[in-house]
Amino acid sequence: MSRVLEVSGLKTHFFTHAGVVKAVDGVDFTVSKGEIMGLVGESGSGKSITGFSILGLIDPPGRIVEGSIRFNGEEIANAKEERLQNLRGNRISMIFQDPMMTLNPVLRVDTQMIEAILAHEPVSKQTAWERSRDALGLVGIPSPEERLRAYPHQLSGGMRQRVAIATAFLNKPDLIIADEPTTALDVTIQAQIIHEAQKLTKKTGTAMIWITHDLAVVAGLAERISVMYAGRIVEQGGIDDVIDRPLHPYTVGLLGSVPTANRRGQRLFQIEGMTPNMLALPEGCAFGPRCHARTDACGLQPSIEDIDGRSLRCFNPQRAAEAVT
Amino acid sequence: MSDVTTDNALSAGEPPVVETPFQRFRAEFFESRIATAALGVFGAIVLLAVLAPWITPQNPYDLAQVSVMDGRLPPGSEAFDGYTMWLGSDGSGRDLYSAILYGLRISLTVGLASGVIALLIGMAIGLVAAYAGGRIEAIIMRIVDLQLSFPASLVALMMVAALGKGVDKIILALVIAQWAYYARTVRATALVERGKEYVEAAQCLGISRFRIVFRHILPNCMAPLIVVGTVQTASAISLEATLSFLGVGLPQTEPSIGVLIANGFEYMLSGRYWISVFPGVALLLTVVSINLVGDHLRDVLNPRLKK
Repeated sequence: MSRVLEVSGLKTHFFTHAGVVKAVDGVDFTVSKGEIMGLVGESGSGKSITGFSILGLIDPPGRIVEGSIRFNGEEIANAKEERLQNLRGNRISMIFQDPMMTLNPVLRVDTQMIEAILAHEPVSKQTAWERSRDALGLVGIPSPEERLRAYPHQLSGGMRQRVAIATAFLNKPDLIIADEPTTALDVTIQAQIIHEAQKLTKKTGTAMIWITHDLAVVAGLAERISVMYAGRIVEQGGIDDVIDRPLHPYTVGLLGSVPTANRRGQRLFQIEGMTPNMLALPEGCAFGPRCHARTDACGLQPSIEDIDGRSLRCFNPQRAAEAVT
Repeated sequence: MSDVTTDNALSAGEPPVVETPFQRFRAEFFESRIATAALGVFGAIVLLAVLAPWITPQNPYDLAQVSVMDGRLPPGSEAFDGYTMWLGSDGSGRDLYSAILYGLRISLTVGLASGVIALLIGMAIGLVAAYAGGRIEAIIMRIVDLQLSFPASLVALMMVAALGKGVDKIILALVIAQWAYYARTVRATALVERGKEYVEAAQCLGISRFRIVFRHILPNCMAPLIVVGTVQTASAISLEATLSFLGVGLPQTEPSIGVLIANGFEYMLSGRYWISVFPGVALLLTVVSINLVGDHLRDVLNPRLKK
C-alpha cells in the first residue's frame, strides 16, 4: 500500500507569554491509502494540533518548529499558503467535532457545498450541485435535494455531521482528518456516522486520521492506533495488538478505566493525578509521575522503540502490562 | 460497533415547513404591535414624502407659487390661490403642509443616503481592520476612537462649515460624521465571527480569504449592522435638521424640516406656534418611528434574546 502521509519528528510549539508550550513534540506516524488510523489521547495531548499542523492551519503564536510532513511524497510542513489552500478541502479534508458550529448558519447547505467544489475545480454550478446531491446521498441522507435547500439550523445534529462528512468527501480527497467527529453526537448516531465513514473510505480509498479520546470508537473503526500523551506518541501499533495487549502504562491505564460488562462490581483502574501542565512538563518521561510501573529509569526521557511489532515509548512495558491484569 | 447499519434513520425531528431565517425574522418582528405600528407610521411618512408633488396644493420651492400675502396664516385659513392651508403658513407664505412634505423628502433623502453610504464605507473599513489585524487594525481603530470621542454633531458642523451648503455636501458631512460607528460595530462583530468554527471549517475547505471574509463572515455581521443602520439613519435625519436649524445646513430656498423649524422659531413667543410645531411633530414622528423599529430589530436580531 502506498503511503499517503508520512509525519516524522513533527514539533509544533506555541510561543506564549508564559513560556513555550510544546503542544506537539516529536510525533511520527504514517498513513497508507485507504487506511483508518486512530489518534487517541486526552484533551490537551496535542492530537488536534497534530491535525491542524498537517493542514498548515497553526495560527501565531504557534508554529511548526521541526519535522517533516510528507503528503504523497511532497513536503508540506511550512509550505506556501497558496499550495496549502490548494490542498485543503481538495486533497486533505477535515471533519470537526461540533457539527452545530462548523456549518455557516446563514448560508444554505447547497451554497456551502457548491462553494467547496468550485474553490478547487472550474466546473459549472449545475455539475457542482449534482455532485453535492450525490455526496449527500452517499452518506445516507434521505431526499438530498430537499436537504440541499435547507439551512443548517433546520437539520439535526447527526444530519449536519453527515453534511460535514459529505462535504469532506466532495473532492475525493486522499486524506481526511476527522477531529472527534462523533463526540458531540449520541451513541446511536455515533454508530451510524462511524459506519458511513468506514464505508466511504473503503469505497474511495481515502485514508483517514480519526482523532478521538474514545477508545471504544477507535477499536471498532481503525486499523492502527497511535496513543498520544503530552505531545508525544507513546504507543503505536495494530489495533488488535494495542487494544488486547497494551504495553505502555498509559494505554494500559486508559483501557483499564473503560467499564466493561465482564468485570462488574470491581473497582475500575484509575490513572492517578492530572494531565501535566504543558508549560512545566515533568523531567524524563512525561507520564512518569502518574505511572503505576515507574522505576528509577523513568527520570530519563524514553525514546520511541520498535518492540513486539509496535512502537513504544517506555522503559518497563512488562511491568506496565502486569500491573492491571 | 461497525455493524450498525441504519441508513435513513435520521429523518425524524425535521420541522415540517422549511422556514428561511428571513421568514422567522419577519414573523418575530410583527409579533410586536408597537414596532408594527412604528413601521406603519414610517411607511406612511415615506409614502407621503414620495407622493408630495401630487398631493400638495403648492410647490414650496417654486417662488411663483408662493405669495407673501399668505404669510403667517393660522391653520385652516384660505390661501390667496383659493386652497385651504390646513396647517397654516410660514413667514414667507409657504403652505406648511406642502412645505413639510417637501421638507421630509429632503430629510429622508439625506438621512437614507448618508446612512447607506456611511454603512458601506464603515463596513468595508471595519472588515479590513478585523481581517488584517496587527498594525493596520490598530491605526484604523485609533482613528475611529479619535473620531468617536467628538460628538457627531460637532464633526458634522465642522464639515459643513468647511464644505458649504447643499444636499450633496450635507450628505458628505454626515457620512464623515457617522462612518466610524459602523466601522466599530462591524469590526467587533467580525472579530467574534472570525473565531468561530465555521470559519476554520471554511479554511479547511481551501476557500479563499476574500470569499471567507465577504461570503462567510459578512453575512453573519448583518444583524448588528442593520440595527446600527436604522438608529444611525434616524440620527442622521435629526443631525441634518440640527444643522439646518443652525443655519449651516440647507439653503432657505429649499427648506428641509430643520429650516422650517428654524423659520418658525422667532414666531413662537408671538403665539404663531404652528410654523415651528408642525414641522417639529413631523420630524419627531419620523425619528421616533425609525428608532422604535430599530429597537425592536435589536431585540429580534439579538441571539441572546432568542426564544
